[in-house]
Amino acid sequence: MEGQNDYIVDLGNLMAFNPSHHFPSLPSSREDLVKECLQEGVKLVQAIADQLFNLPSTEDVEGPIVRLPPPTTKLPREKHLPKPKPPTKWEVFAQKKGIKKRKKDKVLWDEQTGTWKRSYGYDRVNDDRDVPIIEAKMTDEVGEDPFAKRQTEKKQRVDKQERNRLQNLKQAAKVGALPSHVQLAAIALPIKGTNSAPKKITKHELGDVAGIASTSTASGGKFDKKLPGEKAPKKQGKHRKYLPVVEGRGISQEKEQTEKVLNKLMSKHSHDILNVDKAINMYNVKREKKQRNRKPKNEQEKSSSNSSKLKPKKTLDKKLVKGSSSKKGKAK
Amino acid sequence: MLKVRTPKNARAKRELEKRAPKLVETGKKTLILQGTKTSNTLNAVMTELYLLKKGSAIRYTRKNENIRPFESGGETSLEFFSLKTDCSIFIYGSTTKKRPDNLVIGRTYDHHIYDLVEVGVENFKPISSFTYDKKLGPQLGSKPFICFIGEGFENVEALKHLKEVLVDLLQGEVIENLNLSGVDHAYVCTAISSDKVFFTHCALRLKKSGTVVPRMELVEIGPSMDLVIRRHRLPNEGLRKEAMKTSKDHPKKVKNVVQDIIQGKIGKIYVPDQKLGEMALPNKSKGVKRERREAKTKNNANEPVSKKQKEDST
Repeated sequence: MEGQNDYIVDLGNLMAFNPSHHFPSLPSSREDLVKECLQEGVKLVQAIADQLFNLPSTEDVEGPIVRLPPPTTKLPREKHLPKPKPPTKWEVFAQKKGIKKRKKDKVLWDEQTGTWKRSYGYDRVNDDRDVPIIEAKMTDEVGEDPFAKRQTEKKQRVDKQERNRLQNLKQAAKVGALPSHVQLAAIALPIKGTNSAPKKITKHELGDVAGIASTSTASGGKFDKKLPGEKAPKKQGKHRKYLPVVEGRGISQEKEQTEKVLNKLMSKHSHDILNVDKAINMYNVKREKKQRNRKPKNEQEKSSSNSSKLKPKKTLDKKLVKGSSSKKGKAK
Repeated sequence: MLKVRTPKNARAKRELEKRAPKLVETGKKTLILQGTKTSNTLNAVMTELYLLKKGSAIRYTRKNENIRPFESGGETSLEFFSLKTDCSIFIYGSTTKKRPDNLVIGRTYDHHIYDLVEVGVENFKPISSFTYDKKLGPQLGSKPFICFIGEGFENVEALKHLKEVLVDLLQGEVIENLNLSGVDHAYVCTAISSDKVFFTHCALRLKKSGTVVPRMELVEIGPSMDLVIRRHRLPNEGLRKEAMKTSKDHPKKVKNVVQDIIQGKIGKIYVPDQKLGEMALPNKSKGVKRERREAKTKNNANEPVSKKQKEDST
């Protein structure tokens, strides 16, 4: 029992240490050594168990559960302590002015519709978009769309908030207190004189460009020296095949192809292959183009001609179409 | 110009939250990897260490060039792997003519090398060479006992350092509550000489003793080996101070959420008082005089009948 007093037991880590033991002379054989070590080990394990099983325990379905004391051997942390988030600019301002946060109600009374509505999100209370009429004021500028103005103003406010958020996050990043799920990534700046940032070239685009470059020599890249590890260009490009015009015997392949098309057009059920909607669309587009070219000459005609525009009917009378298309076929 | 980048899905967000620094840490993950050349013993040592640590360890089985602990510039890829796998303990095995069967055990702080201990492996005995009752085999993830024997662990600086690293490596998950029926294995480390440690892994056999405390017995289940200290590098004092910081305040307690093995996550919801007392009862209030009450029930009884009659007529 005297020896046990020397043991250092750390229950938090379930660890025991016997600092006083030393081998007077190393045992000659391996078995003896292991045996002695295990004997010492049993004593230490017993020392841990003595303390552990005497802790107050609560019974559970799976067995008695004890609460371990905090460990005495201190181990280094894995990562730094989480840093406190610095206050945002608004929070600093609110602190200075003594503005207190207050809870908003989830639903509010909507005057426009006379119902209770949520204070934010879809179908929210006092939504600007629900107002059908904006009354004109003396201060209004002529030729300005009040709806569009309101929309842009809203967008500006949202953008400003986003800028403020980024600024606050930058401040937090300086201290190293960014929220775990947020990262601040650098983005490329637009080239001077343009609005959009240069687009990053994707892997496939790069491959395409390399393919074009490798085949743009006189020999089509046939005699170029390949770099180590270079693969054949991915896009070889399509080569059109022409059928022989004259063929030895029988019907030529080209003739057969054209006949096939003709038969399709001239057959009894040719309306099946005609896309009526598309045809009407094409007709309308062509007509509009013509009118646009004519427009500067006489503008008044436009309004009258607009009504004569063909419209694809949803319930197209099949018989009617059939008749017209078959006529077409006969005419050909 | 900066842009706010947030995870695109909830899984990625959860993963990032898992990796974020915590107020109270719950345990370190171990990365086990090797250099360009290893021996059979070393391979076995690494796989068995991985088996012991399974659940909180990652094993890299490919050869890794450019890893040279203790040398400047030879630790960058280790730090990168630590960042990638979120492991803060690594075991690196390599064998050279100068240092045969070499294991480097190191720890990282904030994904930078914190300290290193280099040991050589001798007299290795794998798990398979031990015969024991398989019922005694420890369960995966159970908390082990750790025993250190010998004055060397206090007097010799290298051994003292090794002891701390071994505790960190072997201790498993850091927990507050322990199930006593889950106590089933122990690691025994003995300082044989000033640079040699005998390491073995034992199962615990709990025997009845007549008291609350059972009588403990150790059954060797392996692996066992001799660790010969070679080089070691202690953390510098500033870093050590930084890493030893602990928080006084505890993490916020999650209320009303419990984990269940079968049902998974269970949350308790408190519904506000429904104020049943204010609700109108269906004509059974005792406050009303008996005649009136009876009249009312009579009326009610008549009404459905009349309705039925109406239905019949139509």
